[in-house]
Formats: sequence, C-alpha cells, structure tokens
Amino acid sequence: MIGDMIETRIHGRGGQGNVAAAYLLAAAAFEAGRYCQAFPAFGAERRGAPVAAFVRIDATPIHLRSQIRTPDYLVVQDDTLLLDPKITAGLKADGAMLVNSTRSGEEIGAHFDCRAFSVDATALAVAEIGRPIPNTALLAALLTLTGEFPLDALAAALKKRFHGAVLEKNMALIEHAADAAPKGLWARETVDA
Amino acid sequence: MREALEGSQAIARAVALCDPDVIAAYPITPQTHIVENISKLVAEGDLHTEFVSVESEFSAASVALGAAATGARAYTATASQGVLLMAEVLFNIAGMRLPMVMTVANRAVSAPLSIWNDHADSMAVRDAGWIQLHATSNQEAVDTTIQAFRITQDTELPVMVCMDGFILTHTLEPIDLPSHEDVRAWLPPLEFDRKLDPADPKSMGMLVTPDFFPEVRHSHHSAMQKALATIEQADADFESAFGRASGGLLTVEGDPEAKIGLVAMGSTVGTMRAGMAHFQAEAGPARLINLRAYRPFPSQALRDAVRGLDHLIVIDRAISPGLGGILGSEVAAVLSSAPDAPRILNVALGLGGRDIPETLYPDLLAAVRDPDAPAFSVFDADLKKLAPEDR
Repeated sequence: MIGDMIETRIHGRGGQGNVAAAYLLAAAAFEAGRYCQAFPAFGAERRGAPVAAFVRIDATPIHLRSQIRTPDYLVVQDDTLLLDPKITAGLKADGAMLVNSTRSGEEIGAHFDCRAFSVDATALAVAEIGRPIPNTALLAALLTLTGEFPLDALAAALKKRFHGAVLEKNMALIEHAADAAPKGLWARETVDA
Repeated sequence: MREALEGSQAIARAVALCDPDVIAAYPITPQTHIVENISKLVAEGDLHTEFVSVESEFSAASVALGAAATGARAYTATASQGVLLMAEVLFNIAGMRLPMVMTVANRAVSAPLSIWNDHADSMAVRDAGWIQLHATSNQEAVDTTIQAFRITQDTELPVMVCMDGFILTHTLEPIDLPSHEDVRAWLPPLEFDRKLDPADPKSMGMLVTPDFFPEVRHSHHSAMQKALATIEQADADFESAFGRASGGLLTVEGDPEAKIGLVAMGSTVGTMRAGMAHFQAEAGPARLINLRAYRPFPSQALRDAVRGLDHLIVIDRAISPGLGGILGSEVAAVLSSAPDAPRILNVALGLGGRDIPETLYPDLLAAVRDPDAPAFSVFDADLKKLAPEDR
C-alpha cells in the first residue's frame, strides 16, 4: 500500500476544462477508495488565460487546505504554457510532468531538467469526441504512467459526470489515451503496510 | 452516502434535505454555485420549495424575513458585499427573533476589490444578533447546515453557517450526505408560535420606546447565551443519530500538556492541524483549539480550553483597522478574568485569499518565543511591498 500523499498540479488555459480535470482525478481517486481533495487556483475566470488547479490524494483524511507548492506530478494541458519557465516551480526531484504536446517528452524533460512525457491529447480528443478538450485523455495517460490506481476508477468517475454519447466517447478516449502511455513508467516504490 | 462532491453542491443538497419552504437568493462569488445548484434541484423537481430569484441581496434577506415571519422554513446564502447589502435586514431578522438559516461563503470586503476568502463579511455583522457557526471542512458545513435548521427553531435566533469561500465552497472532497428520511426524522417540522396569521393579526418590528428597548436587548443577549447549550446539544444529538459531530462550541486537540496553544476558525484549522502533525518534532508540542461557535461566544468553554497554557496564538482572518485582530481582541477580553491567562499573540493570516501554507505553523510557534514579536500583526504581510511611510 502506498502511504504518502500524492499532490498534482494541473496547468491549462481557461476553457480547457482545468477544474473539471482536477475534479475528475479526485473523483477517480475516490472511486478507488482513496481520500481526495481538488480545487482551482481561484482567479477571475477568463477564457484563454493561464489557470491552475490542484489535486491531493491520500490513504488517510486530508486536512491541509493550502495550494500545492511541491507537486509530485504536473499535468500541462497546453504546451504554450511551457514558455513560462516557472511552470515547473516546486516540482519534486522525483516528480514528473505530463504535457499535452506534439513535442517529445525527452525534449521537454531536457529543457526543464525533469522527467517528462508527452501525449497529443488534443488530437486524441478531436478524433474521439470531436472537440479539442484534452483533459480526460491526459488523466488516462497519467493513471497509466503512475499506476496509482486503475483506469476503471476514472471510468467510474466519468460515469457519474457524463451520460449518453458524451460518456461513450470519453470512455473510448481514455482507452486510446491509456494505450499511448507506457504502463508504470512513473510507478513509485510501494511501501508495505 | 459518501460521494465526491464540490462543497457548494453538497450545501445545496443539504439545504434540500431540510425541506425549506422558501429560498430567496442572489448570486455572488463565491456563493454562486450554492444558488445555482439549488436552482437546478428545483428545476429538476428534486426540491419542492418556493425559490425566489431576487434582484439584490437586500431583497433576498427581505423575502426570507417575510417568509420566516409567516412560519415558513426560510433559507438564503450570500457573501462579501452581499452580506453588507443585507446588513440592515439581518439586524431586523435577528431583532424580530425570526428563525432562518443563511450560508455565508466567506469573502473579503471591498475596497480594494477581492473575490477571495477572509472573514471580514461575517465579522462585519457579528453584532447583528445572529448565531454564527464556522465549518472547518465541507462535511462540517453540510452537517452544521442541517443542525442550524434545528438550532434556529429551538432558539428562535437566526443562524449563519460560515464556510470559507473557494477554500471550501469550490473544493471537491468526499462528503457523506445523510438520507432524506433520516434528516426528516432528526429535524422536526418548524412550528413558529408567533407567526403572522390573518386570523390572528399582529405586528412585528414595531417602534419600541426607551421604556422597553433595554429589556428587548437584554432578552436577545440572554437568548444567545442560552443558545450555547442548544448548539452543543444539537451537535451531540446529531452525533448520536449520524455518527459524527461538527465540533460543538469548540474542540481541543493536540498535546494536553503543551504550553503553547492556537485558536483558529474555519478551514485554517485543517491547515494548522496538518502543520502540527508535520512539524511536531521541530516546533514542539502544541494544543489546537477550533472555535466553531463565534456567536454566541463560548467564553467559559474557551477559558477551560486554554487552562495550563503559557502562550496562545489567536489567528484572525479579518482585522479591525486601528484595533487589530477581531477574534484576538475578543479572546483577550474573555480571558482577562481567567487566572493565569496565557499571553496572547494575535496574528491575521490569509486576508483577501492570501494562501496559508502549513509551513507558517512553525513560524507562528517561533514568533511566540520571540519576546520582541508584536502583540498583533498581519503576520503574512510582506512589508517590503509597501513604501516606507506605509509600513
């Protein structure tokens, strides 16, 4: 059983479903039997402006209410945000960054001196759901890379949020996105309970 | 059933569980999602209530006042400027001793404009005569909302449930919503004896001459003091029925032998709890007091809670410019009559949404040990940002 809290910071632009991504990741953790907490970096909402959201996941109840300063994982929904050199601020030394980009993870990782992986989540989303909303594809890739909890938990969370055609398309999207990421690449060492 | 819910969504559903007859509200950040979710519950037929969309907070409070006067179970929610626009009506609701519940999604007050959290809004109406209860988590906000409907009908005092804007309202976390059936069994129907009735006409809020005004105020103060026991009892009864409590008047945790204590209200308590666990080795033992009931003020419970402490850090999330911390000043007043009262270090934190990291915890405990630390400071203000003449 993994003991420590996992902290994830999600960067995107207003309108990309940043808060939705944070809520979905936390809801997936909840479906997997974990405690969770997700909240936006509260700002005035403007479409296209850089925004951030935070997710904490733990095996025990979470009391901390501050913003996440030293994330384990970064999820970047828009690679133009990589122009901000502070995007990786506080990322843990053994942390990793997942980017929605056509650029390679190696190139991004070398630039920021951290572990990085990229997936063209926009293209996957356009192909499956017909809209450039990368969030669910990125979450599926993140779960596959980290192996923190199974993709089924994300599917369960999606089922509580969406219905009908939108749900079906998102279910197909997360399967494809999971296939685009190496399983367990970022798996943490597990601690026996 | 436990679900992963946004705080605001959970509050809307908790309100619906209490079968309100009338809801009147005007949206304002960060309360908006509460009203939106209530509106959705009504539109989808999951909540049968008279939902009145009004044009301002003054009207929202006025509609709720009128509804409560007819014996209806009334609810509203607001924040920040909305609280201030309601202020006149809030004094009237309390002065007429009308039962109702209001959620305040705590937010700073302009100017300068800030949409972010602090406690300046509910503090600005602390003397209106409402009960004010603070929640440290969304679960407590949900449970306190349900309890508030019972407290208000038992005391005939209106109840404000304060929850930190954004920090709680916009946070998704696991929340257990009781079943409608269980809440109905726990919360008796509202029976308001003094209600307006065409068959038995009466007037409310009429002119009271000096012959009787002090007596009215005395009875209000007396009712508030009696409400202390009602608040504790409601939480104890809720715990018996649902298996969890929301903090009574206040809670005390940490090392009972500690010489340093902290007092906080709302979500800051959770962050201090995390800081206490994380920095225990370097910061030393401490006692953490979560003040849930701000009005009525639990003076005796607080005197008991601080017994044995040499130092007490009082965390304010609002200030009274020219005096200092509001809670800090009140705690100092209440403890002035206590034997061996602790020395108070009063700090304001998180004004206008400044993030409160748990790393402030060891800094606060270090400040207590600094004999030169000022009795009050805006602790997380960076004075270097100010011109020298403004420091």
